[in-house]
Amino acid sequence: MYDVVVIGAGCVGAMTVRELTKYNLKVCILEKENDVSLGATRANSAIVHAGFDAEPGTLKAKLNVRGANLFRTVTKELGVKFINNGSIVIGFNEKDKEHLELLYDRGIKNGVEVKLLNEKEVHELEPNLTKEVKYALYAPYGAITCPYELTVAAVGNAMDNGADLKLNFKVTDIKEDKGVYTVISEDGREVQSKAVINAAGVYSDKIASMVGDISFTIIPRRGEYILLDKVNGDIVKNTIFRTPSNMGKGILVSPTVDGNLITGPTSFNIEDKDDNSTTDEGFSLVIKQAQENVNGVNYRNTIRSFCGVRAVGSTGDFIITAPKKGFINAAGIESPGLSASPAIAEYIVEMIKEFMPLTKNEAFNPIRKPMHYFKEASIEEKNEIIKKDKSFGKIICRCETVTEGEILEAIRTNPKPSDLDGVKRRTRAQMGRCQGGFCTPYIVNLLSRELNIPVTEVTKSGKGSYVNISKTKGE
Amino acid sequence: MADLVIIGGGPAGMSAAVSAYKKGIKDILILERDSSLGGILKQCIHNGFGLHKFKEELTGPEYAYKYEAQVKELNIPYKLNTMVLDITPDKVITATNEEEGIFQIKAKAIILAMGCRERSVGALNIAGTRPAGIFSAGTAQKFVNLEGYMPGKEVVILGSGDIGLIMARRMTLEGAKVKAVCELMPYSGGLARNIEQCLNDFDIPLKLSHTVVEIHGKQRLTGVTIAKVDENRRPIPETKEFIPCDTLLLSVGLIPENELSKTADVVLNPVTNGAFVDQDRQTNVEGIFACGNVLHVHDLVDFVSEEAEIAGESAADYINGVKEEKTDISLSTDGKIRYTVPSKITAKKDVKIYFRVADVFKNVKINVHSGDELVFSKKAIKVAPGEMECITLKKELLGNKSELKFSLEVL
Amino acid sequence: MIRDLTCIVCPQGCSLKVEIEDGKILSVSGNTCPRGEKYAIAECTHPERCVTSTVKCDNGDVVSVKTDRAIPKEKIFECMEIINKQTVTLPISIGDVIIADVFGANVVATQNKN
Repeated sequence: MYDVVVIGAGCVGAMTVRELTKYNLKVCILEKENDVSLGATRANSAIVHAGFDAEPGTLKAKLNVRGANLFRTVTKELGVKFINNGSIVIGFNEKDKEHLELLYDRGIKNGVEVKLLNEKEVHELEPNLTKEVKYALYAPYGAITCPYELTVAAVGNAMDNGADLKLNFKVTDIKEDKGVYTVISEDGREVQSKAVINAAGVYSDKIASMVGDISFTIIPRRGEYILLDKVNGDIVKNTIFRTPSNMGKGILVSPTVDGNLITGPTSFNIEDKDDNSTTDEGFSLVIKQAQENVNGVNYRNTIRSFCGVRAVGSTGDFIITAPKKGFINAAGIESPGLSASPAIAEYIVEMIKEFMPLTKNEAFNPIRKPMHYFKEASIEEKNEIIKKDKSFGKIICRCETVTEGEILEAIRTNPKPSDLDGVKRRTRAQMGRCQGGFCTPYIVNLLSRELNIPVTEVTKSGKGSYVNISKTKGE
Repeated sequence: MADLVIIGGGPAGMSAAVSAYKKGIKDILILERDSSLGGILKQCIHNGFGLHKFKEELTGPEYAYKYEAQVKELNIPYKLNTMVLDITPDKVITATNEEEGIFQIKAKAIILAMGCRERSVGALNIAGTRPAGIFSAGTAQKFVNLEGYMPGKEVVILGSGDIGLIMARRMTLEGAKVKAVCELMPYSGGLARNIEQCLNDFDIPLKLSHTVVEIHGKQRLTGVTIAKVDENRRPIPETKEFIPCDTLLLSVGLIPENELSKTADVVLNPVTNGAFVDQDRQTNVEGIFACGNVLHVHDLVDFVSEEAEIAGESAADYINGVKEEKTDISLSTDGKIRYTVPSKITAKKDVKIYFRVADVFKNVKINVHSGDELVFSKKAIKVAPGEMECITLKKELLGNKSELKFSLEVL
Repeated sequence: MIRDLTCIVCPQGCSLKVEIEDGKILSVSGNTCPRGEKYAIAECTHPERCVTSTVKCDNGDVVSVKTDRAIPKEKIFECMEIINKQTVTLPISIGDVIIADVFGANVVATQNKN
């Protein structure tokens, strides 16, 4: 019997389960996929918003500002990249200017440092903006991070502090009896818990309905991105937003923490919650708007395009509610959900305190070994590591310079990846310009060896996504 | 410290090493990232290599072995499983391997022979999902030929480059059904003989002016939608056709792997994605030479070997202090001819010039002008982008010229 | 009857025209070397191909092989069946005969493997 079970291992579930391990609780996080961080957390803009955008007084505003303030510490503890690169919202015309002034007022009310810039000032700050850019709002504390690394690290740190993780656990039913919840998976597994946190992203309305809460719905919204090679990565320093419209924030252009350039997202409401397919219309929109914002975004340097599905709640604000004693929704966590996630975790724990006495876990260790400690080490330090474990001397992914040692360590570290994409998100192997063309066969062999499974059972991303289907010459 | 460090132990690197050795350079080191010499040839188990060089038809591994045997017989030092991480303009190489860790070597001369990589599906912005079952043709080739695994059973191939054509036959022989090869352009990017013996022999349709417009499938690929494209290469919606398949192979272009060259301040030609070189295959950085597919993508390995011999001998001359010829003639092209290698030459010796054309042309004249003066002209029945062309300019023609323009005249 | 062929003898890939009447070859044109003519005649009377593939090794790996001469084109898949059934014992060197006399050719190793 668990004290708290969290459904959904996206950034919200991950930060929450980690927060819970700061107390003497038996906790578990359930995830329907083969790895953590596979919903909206995998494919988003990776921005830590400063907090000027949300309407003052909303949960979004409150938790965004608090979350952004916590981010530097949390990412440091978890060894995840965080760069305070700054955010600029650009305006092309008088209408945009008015909206920028509105955002400025919101920023001031939300307690966020913001500044309105004139044409000259903004072009001095970002020389590659197009000459059509006339006005801007500058938020010096806007930042970027890596959401899937954050989620992996948060779940890993929670596991190091005693949390359990159950993968491929697709919740199909929740029963409650005398204050005990039984959470049942599609394949018949059951876990029992005194409290349940619903952080199921686009499926959080479905999960809530399992305990009779039909007070909200989640509209899946497609967001397509095009990621460019590092040769285009320093074209802007700040994250460049357009003045928002009623369909979200528009196409942004931003450096990533790994030095690439990300452009996107589109914003189309869709029917199917799992439909993360890209579209030609989407690509056209991303390319058009990105090039309207910034000069020199060269799509010949594209290395990947992808789509994320975001969970847009029907209330317009984050839906963090307790419809039943012991059951808490963390739903409708659309943008700025990533930025708010550390604060959402705190907020949920406060809600739990109302029905469950919590005592501090004195043994809690907030620190996780940085995921890319080897990459960031000096040559001398690297050679010390190689001396102890020679596999750190062997490069597997040449585009991102990832060693066999880093891959093996990732495969052996909680939460353990068991497929190619899991290795990719943790090590960046296959994420460079050749997109795994050279290293995939090597990583397939490493996974086969480490997981003790035949090569034909190695997958790209779990169930059914086989890389090879048979041996050429039979067994 | 070494006289000559060669980055890459594929056909270019090995051939350059052997020719430099034969010119008296004994202090050579080949750095190879893989676990054996031979480069990409090891997975090219089909035949058709060596007709120019050895006058016999060899498979890739056999061709590579001819050079590997020479490297071993001459005791030319090489390090395997060794990845070069950085090259500085003053020729300090940083590399890593399991035994030595990260180490540095200073070289008198460097030959870049890193080869090329395949353009990935990521670069294409194809609409749809991102399931398993999409491979570049070379990755599939490695799985099938070296690892002994079948990536899939029902295959569509996008791009008619030679590796794609070769893999169409390989997958068919190993029991897969290749349903179509789609080529965006109105002509194939591969050799005519490969279309004949890899596609026609097995009744595999080659769909010219077609592309893949959508990828389907959540976990594993379930099919692709293809469409015919108009003259501006835009898909025509009415021609969309769904083809069920579990595998999509891509053969959509090769890109010289010059990330290291850039760290050494080597200037690259945006057309070839390889270095600008002179007739000795020397780059803008003195003492750094380039050859093989890292310089420009070749159609035949025989020409790679030939080019590497030039680079190897030139590097030997450079190390031996043989005075380099002045390279004072710059070459330019008209667009129908996309580029030349080398891009600047000396008037002091005969020079072979390699080039590729931008489209398929029949009955043409390859003209070389200096100003208005026609310096050289040669007829050709057919030229195509998939095939590398070559002419030799005699030194007698070159005296007192400062620039030469290459153009194609359609007759 | 005129039959159009693409010569596969070398990478040049010449376009050949073969004039045939009542199964008899009257002329070959378009070839730029004598091997082209030879190929055209063979292709119109008894087409042949070399086969390259891999053979299973006793340690579970595969080793690359080829037929050391061309075999009748219609026998390619039968040849593959024979190749697929074979297992070799390592070590193996380039040129080692793996399977003798397959439709008039030997299947030989094209790779050294220990």
